[in-house]
Amino acid sequence: MKTQNLPNTEKDTFVRQIKGSDLLVKCLEREGVEVVFAYPGGASMEIHQSLTRTSDKIRTILPRHEQGCGFMAHGYARTTGKAGVCMTTSGPGATNLVTCIADAWMDSIPMIAITGQVNQKLIGKSAFQETDFYGMTVPITKHSFLVLDPHDLPRIIREAFYIATTGRPGPVLIDIPKDVQQAIINVDLNQPIDLPGYNPTPQAEDEDLIKLMELLTLSKRPVLYTGGGIISGNAEKELLAFAEYMGIPVATTLMGLGGFPETHELSLRWFGMHGSVAGNWAVCDSDLLITLGARFDDRITGVVSKFAPNATIVHVDIDQSEHNKNKLVSLAIHSDVKYALDRLMQLAKERNYSVPDFSEWQHQVREWHTQYPFAFKKGTHITSQEAIQTLYEVSKGDAIVATGVGQHQMWSAQFYKFKEPKTFVSSLGLGTMGFGLPSALGAQVAHPEKKVIDIDGDGSFTMNVQELATAVREKIPVKILLLNNQHLGMVVQWEDSFYDGVRAQTILCDPDNPGGPENIEGLYPDFQTVAKGFGVPSKRVWKREDLTSAMEEMLNSDGPFLLEVIVPYTEHVMPFIAPGKSAKEIIISRDDA
Amino acid sequence: MRHTISVLVENKFGVLTRVTGMFSGRGFNIDSLNVGPTHDPKFSRITVTVMGNSQQLDQCIKQLNKLVEVMEVRDLANDTFVARELLLCKVGCDSENRTEILQICEIFRAKIVDVSLHSVIIEMTGNLNKIEAFLAMLEPFGIKALARSGAVALERNRKLEL
Repeated sequence: MKTQNLPNTEKDTFVRQIKGSDLLVKCLEREGVEVVFAYPGGASMEIHQSLTRTSDKIRTILPRHEQGCGFMAHGYARTTGKAGVCMTTSGPGATNLVTCIADAWMDSIPMIAITGQVNQKLIGKSAFQETDFYGMTVPITKHSFLVLDPHDLPRIIREAFYIATTGRPGPVLIDIPKDVQQAIINVDLNQPIDLPGYNPTPQAEDEDLIKLMELLTLSKRPVLYTGGGIISGNAEKELLAFAEYMGIPVATTLMGLGGFPETHELSLRWFGMHGSVAGNWAVCDSDLLITLGARFDDRITGVVSKFAPNATIVHVDIDQSEHNKNKLVSLAIHSDVKYALDRLMQLAKERNYSVPDFSEWQHQVREWHTQYPFAFKKGTHITSQEAIQTLYEVSKGDAIVATGVGQHQMWSAQFYKFKEPKTFVSSLGLGTMGFGLPSALGAQVAHPEKKVIDIDGDGSFTMNVQELATAVREKIPVKILLLNNQHLGMVVQWEDSFYDGVRAQTILCDPDNPGGPENIEGLYPDFQTVAKGFGVPSKRVWKREDLTSAMEEMLNSDGPFLLEVIVPYTEHVMPFIAPGKSAKEIIISRDDA
Repeated sequence: MRHTISVLVENKFGVLTRVTGMFSGRGFNIDSLNVGPTHDPKFSRITVTVMGNSQQLDQCIKQLNKLVEVMEVRDLANDTFVARELLLCKVGCDSENRTEILQICEIFRAKIVDVSLHSVIIEMTGNLNKIEAFLAMLEPFGIKALARSGAVALERNRKLEL
């Protein structure tokens, strides 16, 4: 049986005559919340009043759409590891958060979603702006609470943050009826966490770790396949130490980007459908695949039977339900990955483990890495790839990058190299367009000293373009590199590859007068005018000679800035492993297709 | 293959939704479901019987284990547990065949809990096989209404089996 008891060390914790909403704010402050992203409405305005009247510790940021506040909380959480807090009213306010909650669920992001609910007397009466949001979000939350009694708030808030941030992180919903917010009560804040069924930090058995080392001794071609667990588990140092000590090449997932420095000589960058040739081949040819905090997603494995077909697979994960879920493994280790890596090193040293010589294998994968880097052809016009590479150079690789979803997202991961964890912010499991701008805003709020850049496509950008207003009004100096190809590029690429190039609702401009680098007049919509309307300084570039200086201007600007680069829609993301194919059949460039 | 799964949970609202959602979200049809408090009112026991292949179900059990309010999950294997179900059955009858029904009840150690001119309500407990055999015997008399509790199950003490 699982048990969990945490001590509570507070004193003088009794509070008299406090309003429920004030109590909520007090509890949020106690959890160390610095910022809440919140859009008000009838069932949540009480809490906004409390935030405004009673809290000088919490900054409340107003987005321009509820989905914006959810993704701002993502950006905050993904770049800090702390829980991001968003709040909306009941009904439509809440349902507008559903995508954000699902996104946090898929990518294991610690997010606290607070929603107002109608008065308990009205629940079940189809009241104005009533939805059963608790019921609606059960399959996409790690846990959820419907607060029926204001006296429970101190315990519930504490439990919510604890659940969201420990173990495998995830979103937690707190639905609070208006009468709970308005009640005046006497309450003891000292309410210990009571979660007898929750055990978030499993630790590997030494026996299993020793078995792993024995497998390593027998191995000739080991690969470390590392995912988001390295980042959420703060295990990047342990991973680096282990990889270097054993001399094992590392291929990350997109979730794991930055968990291992991409500039390191053991790095094969990231692998999967559009990942590196070296990463994909190394995993495919490996005889021992050590999977750390990753979940064998279909965009990583392709056809499961063709994935690492000759490898003995070891899977270290904090979530036991990921073991043997998508791919059967030989050794499943249920553990916090940081503990497992740390303990592996201790055991190796204690037992005078003799590190096998992998130099031949290292040499082989390095050769692939050098021979087939992420690459693009420089043509007449600036391409997205070139723009991102230029951004990488101009920003010296030090920025936090957020993206929308589509081709530009893949190219961002290919041509921006990530050295540090928590610097790549992208909707990877759910793949939500419109994610880039709001998540960049959240990241920038968490890191005012850093350059935060939303690399976006015109399709994705338009989906949450209203958040430009948030950037201006809240003085959040986020930068936007808008790669405008006037099309839904990724779908266009699939149309080209599998549907004879028939365009089915993938053209965003006037199809009879499509905009592009050769037809600036035809561009639609006019993002320069849009930016102007929101009061965001902007620039449009379509000639190579203007690119670097425009990037510099963007990065040197004090406030938010939109740099729109007009690119052709004809580029494809390469490499590409087509559905049903093995990593060996990877298409490296379009000339081979 | 039929599985009987015993889930010990915190006695809070919403738990049942989460537990059944794990099955329905993966396309399992629940054959029977029973929930009731345990000797400790903080906890309830949910007993679920489902048909399914073992690997899928293994996944399902791991997912159940992940739920914050779930304390313990057991997939009860063939002969390691005791399972019983309660049956209430209303059977049509008249003065001519009532005695025959009473005889059948006696064989199955079932009780008549309500009687009227044209029907009786019978209460019976037993394992799945017994209940199905009993129902087969009653069928010819005309079953008017039927309610079953679904199985409740407890694990046997394994040490005694040695």
